[in-house]
Amino acid sequence: MEHIQHTPARVAKAPTRLLDGLQRWLPKLVVAPTFVLVGIGIYAFMIWTGVLSFTSSSFLPVYDFVGFDQYAKLMDNDRWLTASVNLGIFGGLFILCCLVIGVVLAIFLDQKIRQEGALRTIYLYPMALSMIVTGTVWKWILNPSLGLEKLMHDWGWSSFSFDWLVNSDMAIYTIVIAAVWQASGFVMALFLAGLRGVDSAIIRAARVDGASLPRIYWSIILPSLRPVFFSAVMVLAHIAIKSFDLVMAMTAGGPGYSTDLPAVFMYTHSFTRGQMGLGSASAMLMLGAILALLVPYLYSELRGKRHD
Amino acid sequence: MTERSHSGLRPSRIAIHAVLILAALVYLIPLFIMLITSFKTPMDIRTGNLMALPSEWTTLGWSKAWSEACTGVQCDGIRGYFWNSFKMTVPAVLISTLLGAFNGYVLSKWKFRGSDLFFGMLLFGCFVPFQVVLLPMAATLGKLGLANTTSGLVLVHVVYGVAFTTLFFRNYYVAIPDALVKAARLDGAGFFTIFFRILLPMSTPIFMVSLIWQFTQIWNDFLFGVVFASGDSQPITVALNNLVNTSTGVKEYNVDMAAAMIAALPTLVVYIVAGKYFIRGLTAGSIKG
Amino acid sequence: MSSIKRTLSAFALSASLLPAAVQAGEVEVLHWWTAGGEARAAAALKDMMEAQGHTWKDFAVAGGGGEAAMTVLKTRAVSGNPPAAAQIKGLDIREWAKLGFLTNLDDVAEANHWDQLIPPVIADVMKYEGHYVAVPINVHRVNWIWANPDVLKQAGVELPRTLDEFYAAADKLKAAGYIPLAHGGQPWQDATVFEAVALAVMGPEDYARAFVEHDMAVINSPLMETVFAEFAKVMSYVDPNAAGRDWNSATAMVIRGEAAMQIMGDWAKGEFTAAGLTPGKDYICAPAPGTDGEFTFNVDSFAMFRLNDEDNSQAQKDLARTILEPEFQTVFNQAKGSIPVRTDMDMSGFDACAQASMETFKRSAQDGGLVPSFAHGLATTSYVQGQIFDVVTNFVNSDNKDPARATDQLAAAIQAAL
Repeated sequence: MEHIQHTPARVAKAPTRLLDGLQRWLPKLVVAPTFVLVGIGIYAFMIWTGVLSFTSSSFLPVYDFVGFDQYAKLMDNDRWLTASVNLGIFGGLFILCCLVIGVVLAIFLDQKIRQEGALRTIYLYPMALSMIVTGTVWKWILNPSLGLEKLMHDWGWSSFSFDWLVNSDMAIYTIVIAAVWQASGFVMALFLAGLRGVDSAIIRAARVDGASLPRIYWSIILPSLRPVFFSAVMVLAHIAIKSFDLVMAMTAGGPGYSTDLPAVFMYTHSFTRGQMGLGSASAMLMLGAILALLVPYLYSELRGKRHD
Repeated sequence: MTERSHSGLRPSRIAIHAVLILAALVYLIPLFIMLITSFKTPMDIRTGNLMALPSEWTTLGWSKAWSEACTGVQCDGIRGYFWNSFKMTVPAVLISTLLGAFNGYVLSKWKFRGSDLFFGMLLFGCFVPFQVVLLPMAATLGKLGLANTTSGLVLVHVVYGVAFTTLFFRNYYVAIPDALVKAARLDGAGFFTIFFRILLPMSTPIFMVSLIWQFTQIWNDFLFGVVFASGDSQPITVALNNLVNTSTGVKEYNVDMAAAMIAALPTLVVYIVAGKYFIRGLTAGSIKG
Repeated sequence: MSSIKRTLSAFALSASLLPAAVQAGEVEVLHWWTAGGEARAAAALKDMMEAQGHTWKDFAVAGGGGEAAMTVLKTRAVSGNPPAAAQIKGLDIREWAKLGFLTNLDDVAEANHWDQLIPPVIADVMKYEGHYVAVPINVHRVNWIWANPDVLKQAGVELPRTLDEFYAAADKLKAAGYIPLAHGGQPWQDATVFEAVALAVMGPEDYARAFVEHDMAVINSPLMETVFAEFAKVMSYVDPNAAGRDWNSATAMVIRGEAAMQIMGDWAKGEFTAAGLTPGKDYICAPAPGTDGEFTFNVDSFAMFRLNDEDNSQAQKDLARTILEPEFQTVFNQAKGSIPVRTDMDMSGFDACAQASMETFKRSAQDGGLVPSFAHGLATTSYVQGQIFDVVTNFVNSDNKDPARATDQLAAAIQAAL
């Protein structure tokens, strides 16, 4: 623990003890508003949702407790199963593709490329668009009778077929494509920034030792960018969980409910179908899953940093 | 990584350029399609090719989206909503960024018992799906008398934006040596003096990151806008939705695309103009993650 | 348009003579009519309210057939700030009333003799415990089939009147290179076709037992398996790119002659009208195959919320009254494609499809052929409706369409929601 209170300053300057007392409280006072906002806006609301998940709430919240009924119903629900599997597929692929594309583009851009600024802006701009706009455009591009497939047919390649958007087994991958298009540029920016922070002396030294450039990147530079991976995964996981808008704009969960995600399931049941209890139960399971995956990661990363 | 070291690797440099340019084209295609479609006539869109340039350029789509398209019983386009969006975005961005700066300062330089736990809880808060909080938030705003007011909407954006701004500032300030702060303390500088005299002057890059990120997030938000704004102060994303998401009438893709471009214009401009500060800010912040 | 304007100004004149227009209030109206004929129809109501001196505060939220609007409404209600009127349908009205959010409209209803004007089946939907809490706006008939006569002629087929005729005609249309059935692969559209097939196969009595009363003996029966089997057959005539398509894009396929027919409610007429086509000549409207003389109804309505402000309450009551005035009923329903909810209206200004619809409506109300649409929330709660949607849409999108399995799933899904 590296508490500032333990610094010699406090012992040495006795007259300022009163001021120091205030100084000790000031930091807490400053974060207090955030503490209250987040405490209510996230944690109290989460507890409230947890309470609702044990009630039979349908149209609006009511407080008659039914135990684990809603969870049991959820487990029997085919649609929930589809949604959970989809989140795994979507989240995993999305994070992986963004990291790979982001890292590759960043390393390539870092090779003293002329026009770097322009290219960077091009990779980054999709992040400026809202997911609704992204979804609308990609829906159009991937629609077999309007977009890419028609384009290829118009250009004479009549056997070309790309019907993922309307194929219930493949539609989830179209969501991945659109989401990767939107977020990979941002990951590129994070890594480019990280690369700029790497001491070029290390690379020179390694080259003198005869290591090839790809090897240097793979075994020296990328490992040193671990904190950047952490930030990138945080941001990407955040986007993956919030991809609600994208799914709604692109497929609205269809064909059938093949592209349903837990957030869509939760929203549909809580608001459209008047099943607030079931919706709350799904939200709790979702949060539980995030907690189970994220907390160990957060813990190891934040702990690791303290020993630096 | 000097120029010299690559002089013997010509083919690989060509390959790198090829990959980068190809990637740039892929990233640009959707924007290109949006742009040319917004300048086409509906007839052109129906019969023509997705990637083909308009056979006859027209700004009809743009003018209709701006001032004539129906977004409800009134058909004045989306221009009126532009101002609504600014009115809620600007205060929300400023407040959440300022709060984030102070939080980041405390969580990196003035740690107290439980401050790491607090930071962890903040981070976890980034992952709560917003759909979960709609109803309790509505009830809370109602109790505070802020239901369906712009102030209420600003408050909501601050609550759910502060986690990210705190993350940015904390990571940035962690990289600044503690010795700097300790020395200032020895000189008798207090909490705020250190912040305003020492940290703030070197915070421009991370302020840019935070401002750009928050501006994009809040400007593009639909869910909170539609739920917590009142009918006459709805943000532009809601107007865009009402315009695009209609289920009657012939779909005017040119108007839809023009409206989408108009709605996205402020964030696009911010990214293009301030993009380099973004990278710069991230660079400064990522030295130590 | 100009006829709307004319009626409006005439109405404005008569309204200004009414003594009720003394107190001016504000009505905030939540709706999802943001384009085309619907938006014009809503604008007509706004003008009529303003002619009476009130202020109209527009609160439009488009998307998902009102799904987005319902979310907004719930949060508004929870925050204690509901709008004066909101577009709420079917059994959801009862849910809102049960929670005490809605206001009692009995005085307006009595003064204007709603009980004599509105058919009892529909009045029941508008009431909670015998009191009016909502105002019906129109009646949609859902079980229509729309066809392009040129395409039918090219393929040498007649408009099918039964399901068997439909299959025969569809095969010929397919052979002639047309898409036999235009359709959009969205859950509610799948359910709309399913509902028409169910009515054709089961008849109105068993339809009501299955989808209104949820009688398990009918839901889990060989009859239901037949419904699924026939439904699968009907859906096999849809093109493979239907997933996610909006219904109006499907209608446009019929208009352009790419597809021959579409099974859809009478709001589709607005698309034909907007394209400048005349019923009977440029397009055909007919009962969905096998449902001649039967009528699946879908009613749009405004539920009125409890307000504290006296003037606004008065404005709200004026809104309720205005909606059922013959002037508004005419203007609105001609723009939207539906028929007036009042059975005493002169239908001469309406087109042939609407006149036929009104006639079937009155007749089926007598002989029992009048059933509520579950695809549009008139027959069941939104939960049961959603459960049926899941099974139906999953069935449509599965590779191996097994009617027996779908029937079991349907029974289980409905059971879980009861």
